[in-house]
Amino acid sequence: MSILILAEHDNASLKAATLNTVAAANAIGGDITLLVAGSDCAAAAAEAAKVAGVNKVLVADNAVYAHQLAENVSLLVADIAKDYGYVLAPATTAGKNVLPRVAALLDVAQISEIIGVESADTFKRPTYAGNVIATVKSSDAIKVITIRGTAFDAVAAEGGSAAIENIDNVQDAGTSSFVREEVAVSDRPELTAAKIVISGGRGMQNGENFKLLESVADKLGAAVGASRAAVDAGFVPNDMQVGQTGKIVAPDLYIAVGISGAIQHLAGMKDSKVIVAINKDEDAPIFQVADYGLVADLFDAVPELDAAI
Amino acid sequence: MKVLVAVKRVADANVKVRAKSDGSGADLNNVKMAINPFCEIAVEEAIRLKEAGIVTEIVAVSIGDKPCQEQIRTALALGADRGIQVQTDVEVQPLAIAKLLKAVFDKEKPELVIFGKQSIDGDNNQTGQMLAALAGLPQGTFASEVVVADGKVNVTREIDGGLQTVALTLPAVVTTDLRLNEPRYASLPNIMKAKKKPLDVMTPEELGVDVTPRVTTVKVEPPAERAAGIKVASVAELVDKLKNEAKVI
Repeated sequence: MSILILAEHDNASLKAATLNTVAAANAIGGDITLLVAGSDCAAAAAEAAKVAGVNKVLVADNAVYAHQLAENVSLLVADIAKDYGYVLAPATTAGKNVLPRVAALLDVAQISEIIGVESADTFKRPTYAGNVIATVKSSDAIKVITIRGTAFDAVAAEGGSAAIENIDNVQDAGTSSFVREEVAVSDRPELTAAKIVISGGRGMQNGENFKLLESVADKLGAAVGASRAAVDAGFVPNDMQVGQTGKIVAPDLYIAVGISGAIQHLAGMKDSKVIVAINKDEDAPIFQVADYGLVADLFDAVPELDAAI
Repeated sequence: MKVLVAVKRVADANVKVRAKSDGSGADLNNVKMAINPFCEIAVEEAIRLKEAGIVTEIVAVSIGDKPCQEQIRTALALGADRGIQVQTDVEVQPLAIAKLLKAVFDKEKPELVIFGKQSIDGDNNQTGQMLAALAGLPQGTFASEVVVADGKVNVTREIDGGLQTVALTLPAVVTTDLRLNEPRYASLPNIMKAKKKPLDVMTPEELGVDVTPRVTTVKVEPPAERAAGIKVASVAELVDKLKNEAKVI
């Protein structure tokens, strides 16, 4: 069966989540086509062609796809998808925005955020904040699936030599337009791709105190995250949220600071290889998943940690 | 304008739901049920638009068996004007829910539809996008700000790197993210008044929708447990363990 993957990119380069999605496609097995829909996106398409294991790259380069508006891209993907057995996308905010529309246009179910491939039609996915892992079987002819990146090790970004084919398929729903984007610019690694993540919770007390974590993060080359409680309290923006309804991370080292460990937060980080918890409440649930727990006031411990590394 | 909001009955967010030991499904026996938190944010946003004089009527719809009327009543107590229950006792999956909501949309002809971005049971994050596709509508998913003006809606969206704002023609579908608003609590007088507000019941058959599942659950299981860790006494010990035992820094 052939597999179509909606590549995640910003026209200039391919996003790492695409590499995990290719890995999931390898687990399913079949010819892999990457679709790069954008505007002036030749650079992203060239990167897509180098990804190991990719057979073909389709490029839809047109102004209507400039900001990858879901209304237009979903029409394009649904139109192309009829020739494929699978349509995959990363379970990122971009993939989640477009793919359910594709599924509905094809009159098939979407299987969200799979973490395992059992067979050609059977997949594992987390439900109830990851507390109930469901094995589900699809009866649809075209399987539309989003991929949880942390569950599939990324394939190599280099080594492939797929053919690039430009397609002239312009779909403009005419119902939406891009107004503006405010993207946080940071020298730190992206949360979902970082090897080390240090996150703060309600215990941080305010946004200013996140500087303590940023200082540690810069020494370790880590990304900075937050619990929902810290986001709800307005300490930090939502794109830092790790959890059931935020980002799912699985770094080599996760340091939870002043985070109690609500199930919604654990859902976003409990697959990390090593978990450290720093919390002054020794009964905090975070300690149940921590490999190393330190019962201490974070305002003493974090500066001390900063000095020690 | 009229706004349609959907509310889902789910296990309360504070409950840790477990897989049944026979693997047949999630164990919801004696579990406290509540309105899905993101749906609550959707209801709140509709009420704020009504308070701002933009929205004139709020219709709250839920799909499920009779007990989901409780969640519709909650929405009515918060400030929705009318309720619709689509009565079904079977498990309805996102595509079928979107088709049922499309049928309700066609009957009600709202200019704005506000849903939660995902329900905290299935964690699917699909229904709003699917309804938008089926009805040929634009969508503003994961909204942190909704501004209705000049026959359009501007939606600021929470995306992975930050925020994106899109302008949508009406009617449009909006799905809510956390920071859109902070839902209010229903007052006792309003809870009493909600009991008298109209609540229509209809069935998938009446709406002409086939709700046959496309996906079957083969089994469910608990996630892999993490092995118990240790407590360290000091930052120095922690750094030593991370360097020499775990070898991660």
